[in-house]
Amino acid sequence: MIQRVNIKVNGIDHQLDIPARRLLVDCLRYDLGLTGAKEGCSVGICGACTVLVDGEMAASCITLAVAVDGAEITTIEGLDAEDGKLHPVQQAFIDHGGFQCGICTPGQVMAAKALLDLNPSPTEEEIREWMMGNLCRCTGYYGIMDSVVNAARSAGEAGPTGIGPGGAGP
Amino acid sequence: MIDFEFHSPTSLEDAFGLLDRYGEDARVMAGGTALVLQMKQRFAQPGHVVGLRKIPGLASIAVESSGDTGSVRIGALCTQRYIESSEIVRQKVPLVAETFRRIATPRIRSMGTIGGGLVHGDPNQDPPPALIALGASAELRSSQGLRVVPVADLFLDYYETDLRPGEVLTSVVVPQAPPGSGAAYLKFLPRTADDYATVSVAAVVTAGEGNVCRDVRIVLGSVGVTPVHATEAEDALRDRPLSEENIRACAAIVNGLVDPLDDFRGSADYKREMAQVFTRRALQQAVAPMSHG
Repeated sequence: MIQRVNIKVNGIDHQLDIPARRLLVDCLRYDLGLTGAKEGCSVGICGACTVLVDGEMAASCITLAVAVDGAEITTIEGLDAEDGKLHPVQQAFIDHGGFQCGICTPGQVMAAKALLDLNPSPTEEEIREWMMGNLCRCTGYYGIMDSVVNAARSAGEAGPTGIGPGGAGP
Repeated sequence: MIDFEFHSPTSLEDAFGLLDRYGEDARVMAGGTALVLQMKQRFAQPGHVVGLRKIPGLASIAVESSGDTGSVRIGALCTQRYIESSEIVRQKVPLVAETFRRIATPRIRSMGTIGGGLVHGDPNQDPPPALIALGASAELRSSQGLRVVPVADLFLDYYETDLRPGEVLTSVVVPQAPPGSGAAYLKFLPRTADDYATVSVAAVVTAGEGNVCRDVRIVLGSVGVTPVHATEAEDALRDRPLSEENIRACAAIVNGLVDPLDDFRGSADYKREMAQVFTRRALQQAVAPMSHG
């Protein structure tokens, strides 16, 4: 059944007439052309489709678009500043080797942003626990951890650090 | 996913009206983590989905003074993350905070709700053992009124609950453990940290004079078609000293009370053995603060 949905995505209001069964990830990708969120596992485990719904992390592959009517959605496309300057988490992923093949990256960045919004100076243990639901099949977790740790450090204006075996970045 | 109509009632009365009108063709949706997956896999094919998100008042947590020790009322739409982070929950029913922190991943916990999880009736979930061990009850409302069901009686069979057509689980009331109690929730995860448990155990132990077990509750998950309340094992420990020997004897009884399935998380025999091991460890962890205090 086609139903009307009002959502605000990255600050822009959209009114859409879409099937009730349209998943949020498909709505973002096909109805709005925002292809940053990826559909990986399709069952809410891998984290590639992570977006923020009213500031909370959500797996857009198991979220019905009609169920978030009225909500504010943030995707990876909404993170950079108006002048194109990358969000500190995005920049940290480039600087510290968190950005690898790219499939999991938007989800990793959104998860890391959600964590830092909530807790600007998490411990490494807290980062590991929070990020455990974002899988990287390049298995480049050290780079991702380095990136989040450094994004947190720069949020706290402390010096950079390296926690992987080779220190920061590739 | 087959086609359906999505409804967003803004009051419980409107939700009841929709459920009464569409009957078995309607399903209630809270966070959607369970229902959307079932619909994608076509295990569930409702013609009407009734979303509860726009109904106010279903997502709060409050202290209640009813009962001997007070209790915490948790609205059905509270997300698992909200519950694990709640100061009220952490202070009054810490076992609940500890248990909810073990569910899946932070992203799923930001979506999944306490009410949606319970009515899903999946015996592998984390909250039921802890809620049953604390003696929690579920409030089920419909156009016919209110029905209060102990969470222990909510689960009838594999994915089958006592929820009747037209009913909505609106809140869960969790009594505080009595003074002198210790509690633990252990989740055996041999594969990954976000997996369902191979075996899970919630234990609440209340000590009396001379370190005697005044009361004990042991409830296991993932070892049967419903959560398993190990009452015979409890009887073996109640009114006896909380000694290592008595705890071991109590845990050994659990073997015969569980009925696990063979699956990729382990054989039935292995899970039966682990049920005993993790019951013993849960009891030891629950009583540990007492022996040191």
